[in-house]
Amino acid sequence: MNLAEGVQLVSFGVLTALLLLAALGVVLLKNVVYSAFLLGGAFISMAGLYFLLNADFVAAAQILVYVGAINVLILFAIMLVNKREDYDPVKGTGVRRGATALVCLGLFALLSTMIVSTPWGISSATPAGDGSIVKIGIHFFTDYLLPFELVSVLLLIALVGAIVLARREFIPEILSSKGEDEALMLPERPRELVASSTPSNTANLK
Amino acid sequence: MRLQYFLLTAAALFCIGVYGLVTSRNAVRVLMSIELMLNAVNLNLMAFSNYVDPDEIKGQVFTTFVIAIAAAEAAVGLAIVLAIYRNRDTVDMEKFNLLKW
Repeated sequence: MNLAEGVQLVSFGVLTALLLLAALGVVLLKNVVYSAFLLGGAFISMAGLYFLLNADFVAAAQILVYVGAINVLILFAIMLVNKREDYDPVKGTGVRRGATALVCLGLFALLSTMIVSTPWGISSATPAGDGSIVKIGIHFFTDYLLPFELVSVLLLIALVGAIVLARREFIPEILSSKGEDEALMLPERPRELVASSTPSNTANLK
Repeated sequence: MRLQYFLLTAAALFCIGVYGLVTSRNAVRVLMSIELMLNAVNLNLMAFSNYVDPDEIKGQVFTTFVIAIAAAEAAVGLAIVLAIYRNRDTVDMEKFNLLKW
């Protein structure tokens, strides 16, 4: 990317401030819906940082996958489990938070001293820039072919696993003994009872 | 622009993610903190890819893999949260003691 040094520095500062403030909001705000929207803001500023790092393909993937898929999924999950509940106070919450904050600050101090004091072997080659997507494609189909295929299998596994976990169980045996259980039925589209002569609940899959 | 700035940002984001992971009581917020930590790792990989390995950009390839894994993790994690919510009727992390004795 051809930007002047000052422009890069200013946009880096703005994006970093947005990112860290949004992340703090995600962690510290009481309302979890605000947290979810701020998480989207953090992802978008992260995509801006990727643009500063000459990675246009990954920035686009970040916006598509994180903001478009993961953030929407989280919002749906919040909507599905949205119960106004006041958590019971647990003894020693303040001590726990203080200890955690101390440990996190210590970790940050440790990491930052390491980052500042290490001499990094910075390369002087010109960045791939606009040709980065071609380079990534070549990597995917030559030396990273096996991980690429494994990731596609893993996504399929995750898809099947998520459906199996989140599917509402619908067991006619329990229903017939206990009567209509509201929690086990989809309120908007009630299904008719299948004949309970089939031995397992495989009959409801169709 | 220097490499260290990006690494410091990533370190700060990771520490915020760790804090949220440990202190949150809402299970969905725990998953959000995990996403923040994954993003911090991604930023590290991208910074190294741009400054240390600018012509091979293997860091960007790894970042793409991490994004894919994060999508799978979010789907399965939120499905687990939904399943637990249906069984226990709460999303409070302090009440998820099924595997504790």
